[in-house]
Amino acid sequence: MARKVGICAIAQTTYEKNKWGARFQEMALEVLESIQQQTGVDFSETGITMSISVSDDVFDARTISDNAMTDVLGAHLGCEEKIAQEGIQALYYGLAAIQSGHEDVVLIVGHCKESQGKSRNMVTHLAFDPFFTRPVGLDFCAAAGLQAQAYAMKSGIGDEELARIVVRSSENAVKNPMLPEAKKLTMKEVMASPMIADPIRALHAYPVSDGAVGMLLVAEDRVKEFTDTPVWIKGVGNCMDSFFMGDRNLASNFALKKAAQIAYKRAGIDNPGKAFDIIEVSDQYAYQQPMWMEGLGIIDDGKGNEWIKKDGPQKNNVNISGGTLAGSPLLLGGLVRAAEAAIQLKGEAGDRQVANAKTALAHGVMGPAGQFHSIAVLERG
Amino acid sequence: MKKNRNVGVIGVGQSKYSSHREEVNQPEMIHEAVVAALNHSGITLDDVDCIVHGNMELFEMVHQPDLWHTLGTGSYGKETLRVTTGGTTGATLVAVADQLVASGLHDVVMAIGFEKLQEGHTTGGITNMADPLWARQLQTGALTGMTAADVIEEFGEQRAKMASMKYRIIMDKHAMKNDKAHRRLGLEFDQAEDLAKNSPALVGELRMIHMCSQSDGACVMIFASEEKAKQFCKQPAWIKDHVTVHREESFCIFGEPDYVTSHRYAAEKLFGRNGITDPLNQIDMFEMYDPSSWWGLDWIREFLMLEGDSHIKMIENGDICIDGKFPINPSGGVTASNPIGATAMVRVAEAALQIMGDAGEHQIPKPVNQAMASGFGGTMWTVLFLLTKDVPW
Repeated sequence: MARKVGICAIAQTTYEKNKWGARFQEMALEVLESIQQQTGVDFSETGITMSISVSDDVFDARTISDNAMTDVLGAHLGCEEKIAQEGIQALYYGLAAIQSGHEDVVLIVGHCKESQGKSRNMVTHLAFDPFFTRPVGLDFCAAAGLQAQAYAMKSGIGDEELARIVVRSSENAVKNPMLPEAKKLTMKEVMASPMIADPIRALHAYPVSDGAVGMLLVAEDRVKEFTDTPVWIKGVGNCMDSFFMGDRNLASNFALKKAAQIAYKRAGIDNPGKAFDIIEVSDQYAYQQPMWMEGLGIIDDGKGNEWIKKDGPQKNNVNISGGTLAGSPLLLGGLVRAAEAAIQLKGEAGDRQVANAKTALAHGVMGPAGQFHSIAVLERG
Repeated sequence: MKKNRNVGVIGVGQSKYSSHREEVNQPEMIHEAVVAALNHSGITLDDVDCIVHGNMELFEMVHQPDLWHTLGTGSYGKETLRVTTGGTTGATLVAVADQLVASGLHDVVMAIGFEKLQEGHTTGGITNMADPLWARQLQTGALTGMTAADVIEEFGEQRAKMASMKYRIIMDKHAMKNDKAHRRLGLEFDQAEDLAKNSPALVGELRMIHMCSQSDGACVMIFASEEKAKQFCKQPAWIKDHVTVHREESFCIFGEPDYVTSHRYAAEKLFGRNGITDPLNQIDMFEMYDPSSWWGLDWIREFLMLEGDSHIKMIENGDICIDGKFPINPSGGVTASNPIGATAMVRVAEAALQIMGDAGEHQIPKPVNQAMASGFGGTMWTVLFLLTKDVPW
């Protein structure tokens, strides 16, 4: 039986539309220094022996985007590896690296500056194959529009319910000090915002965001050296769907259901509807919050619209942080969700703290119309 | 360093390497290697739990390419992980797969490295690695003549040039035995003088003939837990240990008096924790990521922790030949084939094939019980592997 892995520290920069005053190395340094301050960890042989970075060559416009990060990640004459995928996958890999017995103390630092590109849609446009789908002009936002249509057909969700999700997210976001640019939105403002990929309105989409996030993962036998309040990674799971959207039923949540099934099995969770005190899902677009909740098996299939109407998100403690909708970079969405969930479990969430939170779920998504999902189940130590 | 459980390589698949694979798109090219690896291991896609994928995305300008490549990788409905570290990517993928299996998360993992350099601008892509403010003016893609100048200064022009060219010709002779290799030139040792003088110069004494190719291709490896490996495979190649060492990017701007290469640093660590005191006798073969024959020559000294000119003598005496005392790159190495995101994995894969006894025409004609393989990338980054024929623990 492999040993347990604990999250011993969590650090984030603020998330803003344009952190023009900081290069990405500086954002990462802020995260590293906070983790060092919280735990006293260093890069000696008994400290961090492996760093996992999260970044993206296209967003950074740098070949080998982690090459620029070597010094910040303490990787000079040390080990560093880059997750070039949804950020929550760094937890997945960090867990494996420690459970394999190869590492004891692993640093995770992810960064992304969406503001650097002229348009993030230009970046995600490049995820489409150059022969069939790229010439059509697809990007992740347009793909999400198609999925939102399919989901609206299935669940009956409409403009008003979607606006309700956005308004609640904005109300939560103003309590989150990591989101200094958040402001409360009204139903009227949301419903009057321009349509960008019908039925997705401008305010249904997460804002362009810059920021960095990090964690310290430690093997259970050494956790005490770094914290008294670890958060255990109980289970992880992910799944890839097919690529062409015409090959998929866009409202079926195929990959998410399978990812959840795997993660729940590893975490020993039988009844997901009642298992979680905190749920952080990557809702890049408003429709995704209820849809992903169905895929996670926390609410029944096709019941997302009713769940929104009955104030479900508040009752289930979904995205108390404001969620991805309130601002976190595409690439880091799931890792920020995991960070927020872990902060809650550690009892360090300040004004947004949920009392007695013991078990949490964090979710990340990547690719057109949710092609890839990854999940982590966390538990208070 | 004892792992949670043993991990064995049970299958290797490679596409044909070439400068232009115009008849296939990226997923199709990958699929070629996936099918080859499944056939080699005798398992089916249903037996694979997780697929690990990597390359360098700015070469082809596809964002998160694992999404599209699902069509060729077979990752539909499976768990996946995408990890990239530049030139070392392929070796990093092996380290990742090893840890995914050793951790107990998965029993069977397939790792996929690929590149289709024809679809982008390789030197432009590599130059884009350097810091836009401080270093981009200095970066010349992967071309560096510095090592050639250093070796010439240390050993004299004639000896250095002849050793480097002999290294290159040995590699070509090895590539001639490997039907996957991209460049198979049919060079003979009596061409050395002529090539050293007349091959087009790139930077100083780094000439076209010394430099690695730009290739299209994919490499796939399948890893399994001890139990599954023994079930599926007669002779798995066991991953005993690996060490990853990076260097800070501007290491040479301000000079550094006591310069330890990441290669020697990694070797010291790997040998130290695996009881290797005499690498030349304890290790039976070495697959080295040799981006040019100048680097290949110079790095033998670093990886084997040699001093003086013993590495030059190894080349002059033909020790590194496939039938020599210490064979290096019986596959032909990187000067023969270089699909970058796959290249470092090909090194580990070729070392594994030697242990499994499945290298075909380029199988070393002596027993291979312990093999070493290296990946290279970034700003002198190293991933170094030790593979064994016997189960490590």
